[in-house]
Amino acid sequence: MSLETTMNSDTILKVEHLSMKFGGLMAINDFSFEAKRGEITALIGPNGAGKTTVFNCITGFYKPTMGMIVLNQKAGKQYLLERLPDFEITKHAKVARTFQNIRLFSGLTVLENLLVAQHNKLMVASGFTVLGLLGFPTYRKAAKEAIELAKHWLEKADLIDRADDPAGDLSYGAQRRLEIARAMCTGPELLCLDEPAAGLNPRESAALNTLLRSIRADTGTSLLLIEHDMSVVMEISDHVVVLEYGQKISDGTPDHVKNDPKVIAAYLGVEDDEVEDVISEVESLEGGVN
Amino acid sequence: MTNITSRHEGAAGDLTARALREALYAGLISLGLFVLFVGLKSDQNIRNELILVPRWGLLAIFVVIAMVGRFLMIAYLQPFLASQKVVNAATGMLPDSMASRFFRLPFFIAAVVVSAVMIAAARGLPDNIAAYATIIRGLAIIYSLACLFYMFRIFITTHFTVLAVAALVLYPIVIVAIFGAQGSLKWVDNFGIQILIYVMLAWGLNIVVGLAGLLDLGYVAFYAVGAYSYALLSSTFGLSFWVLLPMAGILAAFWGMILGFPVLRLRGDYLAIVTLAFGEIIRLVLLNWAEVTNGAAGISGVAKASVFGIWSFDVSAPNNFAKAFGLPMSSAYYKIFLFYLILALALLTAFVTVRLRRMPIGRAWEALREDEIACRSLGINTVTTKLTAFAIGAMFGGFAGSFFAARQGFVSPESFVFLESAVILAIVVLGGMGSLVGIAVAAAVMVGGTEILRELEFLKHIFGPDFTPELYRMLLFGIAMVVVMVWKPRGFVGSREPTAFLHERKAVSGSFTKEGHG
Repeated sequence: MSLETTMNSDTILKVEHLSMKFGGLMAINDFSFEAKRGEITALIGPNGAGKTTVFNCITGFYKPTMGMIVLNQKAGKQYLLERLPDFEITKHAKVARTFQNIRLFSGLTVLENLLVAQHNKLMVASGFTVLGLLGFPTYRKAAKEAIELAKHWLEKADLIDRADDPAGDLSYGAQRRLEIARAMCTGPELLCLDEPAAGLNPRESAALNTLLRSIRADTGTSLLLIEHDMSVVMEISDHVVVLEYGQKISDGTPDHVKNDPKVIAAYLGVEDDEVEDVISEVESLEGGVN
Repeated sequence: MTNITSRHEGAAGDLTARALREALYAGLISLGLFVLFVGLKSDQNIRNELILVPRWGLLAIFVVIAMVGRFLMIAYLQPFLASQKVVNAATGMLPDSMASRFFRLPFFIAAVVVSAVMIAAARGLPDNIAAYATIIRGLAIIYSLACLFYMFRIFITTHFTVLAVAALVLYPIVIVAIFGAQGSLKWVDNFGIQILIYVMLAWGLNIVVGLAGLLDLGYVAFYAVGAYSYALLSSTFGLSFWVLLPMAGILAAFWGMILGFPVLRLRGDYLAIVTLAFGEIIRLVLLNWAEVTNGAAGISGVAKASVFGIWSFDVSAPNNFAKAFGLPMSSAYYKIFLFYLILALALLTAFVTVRLRRMPIGRAWEALREDEIACRSLGINTVTTKLTAFAIGAMFGGFAGSFFAARQGFVSPESFVFLESAVILAIVVLGGMGSLVGIAVAAAVMVGGTEILRELEFLKHIFGPDFTPELYRMLLFGIAMVVVMVWKPRGFVGSREPTAFLHERKAVSGSFTKEGHG
């Protein structure tokens, strides 16, 4: 395999030979995949497969033991994410993320949560606080714009009525939506969602699907998501990558992955020598349906 | 009917029995608590031997107070409060009804009359009875003030900031009018300036602890840096207060960053321990680097501040303030000037804090207190955010320090012990982390309260001439703090004002905000 960094311009993220070791445990072992610009890529796998570890490597919370993560921006700029500190990945490389266990600023209001997300933009507008402190109009204008952007995302996430309530007061589903809206306020090119549908009821996850689709359609943001809820994964993703024991076992369209015997084996837990049986079983089932 | 009455009587009998039992327990507990440090006193006799002096009478008074208090509480106060609740629920007057029955216009008028009579009568009475008159007078004054606050509560809460600033600006004038120039010294200096220094220090620490959620136990170090900067630079280079005030702030901010760097990775308890050590290091350096700081003897004769260099307060100077205006010589003018100076500095601190909270940096501080990992995921550089919090907090500590040096005219390491840090932190916690108004009230209560408790002379007349009320100052103070923390666990002002809003500004309840992890 060649370590070529030149990428097709429609590839936004390229992960190559990623490995992550925790002591003696190989959490991720030589994992490579690509995410296309403007697509929704899903990363699935059984519990403990290493999905969140991959996410943490991409967003800089872990430094990978080996491998390369290249982000290709629309304007043509490339970033090697494994070399950037975590906050610069969001600030410069424009990758935003949400968390599996929701991490909102619960004592700040919903609106303030979205304003904190626009920190870097507002810092520059306020002349790194100095001009803002002296009351320069540039900051006042930027602050107004920031509130407008926040309003836009609050409407999208159906939270506009709760704008002045503390974030900790929202229901679980609303908190999930707010976390996505907050990540979008950083103006990302790639949005990484860690189990956005966890704990949502069917109606809420349908609303989530609509939100994610509209994010892609309106802003052209590419999405990378970890999900267990197959109704979300199969319905909205264009591309699915399956991970088991830190290794990629399947990669392709949702339909391809759904029928991949290795994936079925991974999820249903069969012995290696029984895989053949499963394949024939799946094939006979498909024949029956047809 | 008879049945109900008898059951009623039975219940009352039960209540009395329970109250007696509880009173007995309270008596036993207070006996156990007080037997060693009230009942016995270590003393030296004529041959310089250490002896124990028993004070059984005083101990008995303490125990009896506890027992009677507990009995009254169980037998009368609790049933009364319970019946009030029933009445309130029935009349729909909750929750104001208790207060409206307690604060009534006739009572208020009676209280004013009582305090006036007591003030007039106290002069002619013998000492013993005058002591009781003092207590009644004090209670009457407190009650009438509380009545005034209650009657105008809506007006006061809506215009609190304006009213408070106006009251502070008028304070020295009113005091001079009442007590005269020389008599005003105690009230302007011990109460006014002393409280305002702590208000300013607590507001400075509030940026670090209340907003950014970084527990700093060594804040007094920056106060020391400010004070020594002013003392050393003014005595060595002869620079004026107005040049050195910003310089002291900058130097303290610089030390804040020096402290900030090594502790960036630490959180919670670990951060607290390292900041505590930092505070002690600064103090020990000041104590031991005798060639520069003059060690434990300190630096005396620190130059006074002047009115922007136009008028001086040095007695010998040709442009002396009193001479320039043809006033009689008095140190009161300098104290009043200092009062306005520290008031201006404290208001500057408040103004900058309010402004900063609406800036991205202020929001980042609060976000850092709530969740540091989420902050990093949003592209916020937590290193610079923490360092600016330390630096700006330290800067205000430095300002307060240089003011302190100019006011005292003398600095020594004695003034910068750990207890000072603890008091400042206690003010921030008691006031409600992040709330400027709450912290100002807490500073007034903590510092003013300990000063007021020095005025306990009248207790001597009640407990006898051997009783030393000053010893109980800290005990009473500790009890007051425990009461406040039980009654308001999140401080005087537990809620948080949002920095921006779309539809309406709603305070965020304290149950949602976090204290930070360091």
